Amino acid sequence: MLFTSYEFIAFLLILFLVYYLIPKRFQWMLLLAANYIFYFFSGPKFLIYILTTTVSAYIAGNRIHSLHEEQAAYLAENKGRLSREDRKEYKAAIKSRQWKWLLYCLLLNFGILAVIKYANFGIANVNYLLQAFGSGSQISFLKLALPMGISFYTFQTMGYMIDVYRGKYPPEKNIFKLALFVSFFPQLVQGPISRFDDLSETLYKEHDFDYRNVSFGLQRILWGFFKKVVLADRMLVAVKTLIQDPETYQGAFALVGMLFYAFQLYADFTGGIDITIGIGQVLGIKLKENFNRPYFSKNITEYWRRWHISLGSWFREYLFYPISVWKPMLNFTKWCRKTLGEAIGRRIPIYISSIVVWAATGIWHGASWNFFMWGMANCFVIILSQELQPFYTWFHNKFDVKHKFGFRLFQVVRTVLLMSSIRMFDCYVDVPTTFRAFWSMFTVFNYHELFNGSLLNLGLSLADYLVLLMGLVVLVTVSLIQRTGSVRAKLAAKPHMVRYALYYGMIIVIIVLGAYGVGYDSSQFIYNQF
Amino acid sequence: MEALLEILEELHPDVDFENCETLIDDKILDSFDIITVISEINAEYDIAIPAEEIIPENFNSAKALYALITRLSDDE
Repeated sequence: MLFTSYEFIAFLLILFLVYYLIPKRFQWMLLLAANYIFYFFSGPKFLIYILTTTVSAYIAGNRIHSLHEEQAAYLAENKGRLSREDRKEYKAAIKSRQWKWLLYCLLLNFGILAVIKYANFGIANVNYLLQAFGSGSQISFLKLALPMGISFYTFQTMGYMIDVYRGKYPPEKNIFKLALFVSFFPQLVQGPISRFDDLSETLYKEHDFDYRNVSFGLQRILWGFFKKVVLADRMLVAVKTLIQDPETYQGAFALVGMLFYAFQLYADFTGGIDITIGIGQVLGIKLKENFNRPYFSKNITEYWRRWHISLGSWFREYLFYPISVWKPMLNFTKWCRKTLGEAIGRRIPIYISSIVVWAATGIWHGASWNFFMWGMANCFVIILSQELQPFYTWFHNKFDVKHKFGFRLFQVVRTVLLMSSIRMFDCYVDVPTTFRAFWSMFTVFNYHELFNGSLLNLGLSLADYLVLLMGLVVLVTVSLIQRTGSVRAKLAAKPHMVRYALYYGMIIVIIVLGAYGVGYDSSQFIYNQF
Repeated sequence: MEALLEILEELHPDVDFENCETLIDDKILDSFDIITVISEINAEYDIAIPAEEIIPENFNSAKALYALITRLSDDE
């Protein structure tokens, strides 16, 4: 069931209506039923995977917690009788049992994800090596379909498991409530990857009908639809034309493809998240923001704090920090500092952790070398900018431009171009093609063709370009207004006439200009495939 | 506490670590800084700060960080 399909809109309307008509204590149960109905439509056979994740997290989480309780009771009972060493030994034994439960749960769930998402990628690579070494035998590919949202709900649930193991909060005692957290349908498609302590309270609470919340939520959904069906799906036509024929579309067209894809991905992904957060708001459920105007970032590190925030923070908290503060890594740091010197020695282990994290982030996005390279390219730029810090310090001491508008603009444009060029790995069929397309921007001088009408042969008419240009202006304007607070709150303060003219105007724009016509259909969200 | 302040000041000489209480909230320390500080603490105090302790409350100020070091060394 696509977010932009009529079935989904009907599903939402029925849900919203029933949600506020039934007794409030049943609301969370209705949501759970809605989740499973939504998931059922993506393929009944996939239910087994999400159920496995739910049940395994329920059992392991509660087992870990009961060990926490067992430890607390034992220590309280034997207070004053145990020596410091005995206490330490006892705690270590409990920790080890808890760790086993966590490990089984992580292995099972990441194992499922690995087999379903990455087995065929592994087989393809093994087959390539077999062929390269002259072996005639090849391994057959597995026939496995990717369950909807598996990367998102697996990460969300394993984040919950690690938090329970760390004692951050107790596990959910009611398996049905846990099932609701794991399968919350608006975020199954493309996140955000929520934290249990952020989401659970608002998810299980009883919600009164709140006019402001519901109307703000509906506005947010509308805004998401505008970005998705008017802008992203329209731009998709040109992006497809450009990237599917890289031999024809080189040089200037590779640059146009790169920029168009950056625009399309932004409108697609943020539009989807707007719909998700909007649905949550209509239901009275507060989801965390996943974007903070990322294209206004001054550098790539800042960009990654503002784009797909929930994924970045997941990798930081559950992978980057644990690897970096792992005892062998700290010992390695000491060794590096002793052997290579203070300055380099202290940075190398951090860079190793960064490489691991970015490799994982790349592979999380998709089972291909393109995504691995995408991760490595991000990591390279981050490490390079870290290494260039002394130069930046020197530069800013020498030239007082840090707060000048022109310099800020340069930084923003640099970040957009850098991120867009790294994203070319998302687009093209393989890594060599990506490099060729990138290189052609500097070696094929066909930039004059951008002004001879060639852009009208990419599947978009002049009217389409005007719609996209208008959309870009609206997106930038809204982002600028957001700097000083919520756009919807500002809008709510305007006279009735102005507000309703805008709402109806937006609905008409979505209906009339939405990309449903001949030549293109409303498509799946890009992040859904991850 | 002085050794800790030295570690922090070496990272960002321009920050008033004695009084600043928003090191994480105001993004003065990023994730690379945090790991650098942890490895310095490990070398200076022989304390391993576990990943679950890397939360804003423990790193927002030098005082909070020092309290964490004291707590962890008491636990050891």
